[in-house]
Amino acid sequence: MKNIVCVACPMGCALSVELSDSGEVLSVTGNTCKRGIDYAKTECTNPVRSFTSTVKVSGGILPVVPCKSAGNIPKEKLLDCATEIAKITAKAPVKLGDILIKNILGTGVDIIATNHCPEA
Amino acid sequence: MLNYDIVVVGGGPAGMAAAIKAKECGTDSILILERAETLGGILEQCIHTGFGLHYFGEELSGPEYADRFIEKINTLSIEYKTDTMVLDISGDNTVTAVNSTDGLLEIKAKAVILAMGCRERPRGALNTAGTRCSGIMSAGTAQKFVNIDGYMPGKKVVILGSGDIGLIMARRMTLEGAEVKCVCELMPYSSGLTRNIVQCLDDFNIPLHLSCTVTRIHGSERLEGVTIAKVDENRRPIKESEQFIECDTLLLSVGLIPENELTRAAGIEIDPVTGGAIVNESRQTTQAGVFACGNVLHVHDLVDYVTLESYTAGEGAAKYAQGKIANEKYAVTKGRGAVRYIVPQRVNLNCGEDVKLYFRVGDVFKNASVVVKCAGNEILRRKKIRLAPGEMESVTVKNETLCTMSEGDTIEISVEV
Repeated sequence: MKNIVCVACPMGCALSVELSDSGEVLSVTGNTCKRGIDYAKTECTNPVRSFTSTVKVSGGILPVVPCKSAGNIPKEKLLDCATEIAKITAKAPVKLGDILIKNILGTGVDIIATNHCPEA
Repeated sequence: MLNYDIVVVGGGPAGMAAAIKAKECGTDSILILERAETLGGILEQCIHTGFGLHYFGEELSGPEYADRFIEKINTLSIEYKTDTMVLDISGDNTVTAVNSTDGLLEIKAKAVILAMGCRERPRGALNTAGTRCSGIMSAGTAQKFVNIDGYMPGKKVVILGSGDIGLIMARRMTLEGAEVKCVCELMPYSSGLTRNIVQCLDDFNIPLHLSCTVTRIHGSERLEGVTIAKVDENRRPIKESEQFIECDTLLLSVGLIPENELTRAAGIEIDPVTGGAIVNESRQTTQAGVFACGNVLHVHDLVDYVTLESYTAGEGAAKYAQGKIANEKYAVTKGRGAVRYIVPQRVNLNCGEDVKLYFRVGDVFKNASVVVKCAGNEILRRKKIRLAPGEMESVTVKNETLCTMSEGDTIEISVEV
């Protein structure tokens, strides 16, 4: 039995996950919605997180624009992602939803802007 | 003198939602006054995700959540003035404001919506011993430095207080290359969301010290370190447990205070527990035609709830501006024992609708029951697996129950273990 906290939403349900000897998820209890079951399955096999940070901007009204991963990325790649996006500078104007990095670190997930940064 | 039906003070999530709802309820003449350069409020610097799951059914970052409302403000052609500071709200709902293009503005409003949000409790409120060196700031200040200004305020960080902003900044500073030494929390539990403890601290192996505080600040020009200590059950530091931690930055995440200077100056009654105005079910304060919503009323844990509450206030203000005012016959709400506060504090029994009461508990409970009594009669009993100070709860009182009550009756919420 493994006890984890679901981070799929701010509810933070306390989940109890029953695992087989080979690490397979047998049952999940404590969830209040079905996202909890999906969360328990990935958390016990291949934990993922959403990634948010900022990317440098040149010629914009602000020096940085916020960004996020368009989907979840493996938890152990969070710090590598941070290192990777520190290497780039976007050129203003940046629009909310613009793709800033395609397929970051081969995860298949894009890094997209989460705000507008008009030209200065 | 300018004339508007509704003036909204503050263009953050609360003010925008209230203005949008008021417009949708048929009030055309609305003006939002915002102190900052843009609409959006604090959401602009909250670049992490987790916003909008309840309201939009998807996980958005702060700026994305704000953008949906900014777009709507523009689509609905709701007027707003940024870089504008409101100085005063008079007894007849005249709003005095100032900005550098219009100078001094006097605006006569039929209804005013207070949506000024809250501020972080500062170092001065903590009475921590030590020097006045640089490197000590609120977690929200650091968040603005990093996320808006693109500037890292330090390299070795200790965070005092485990409120959500502190937890979020522990992860944010780590991702930007800082070493976060620990988070100290005075209480035996964290006031932040459990999910944030998992994904902001546990994921990065950042220790959370509960029942622990900072007892001394060291450094002359720049912060050089802090002394932390365990506290006993009376929250007094235990001398023998003192420990020095080297750091150049101390972030404070020690609570939020509704920003009610304008409200107080207007003579509007304040609830000493929430730090916000005393309101009725439509979020009208004790001054006729003045409404309040969002974090200026009471500190919310989720912006989604701010949006919903602001819709209530926006609708109430629109009705008031249109002269649709129900006869007032008030019952009061009262939290017993572990229930620290309830919003709204008063309910107009003639409101003609079911009323949702929001409340917060003062301690952590497992498998407890929430009990609601109207005029002494139990009308609802609900089992809760978990109740925590960091999570706002709600119950609904049906209109048919309200209709049976008399003026001055009490609606009481308590927790039974």
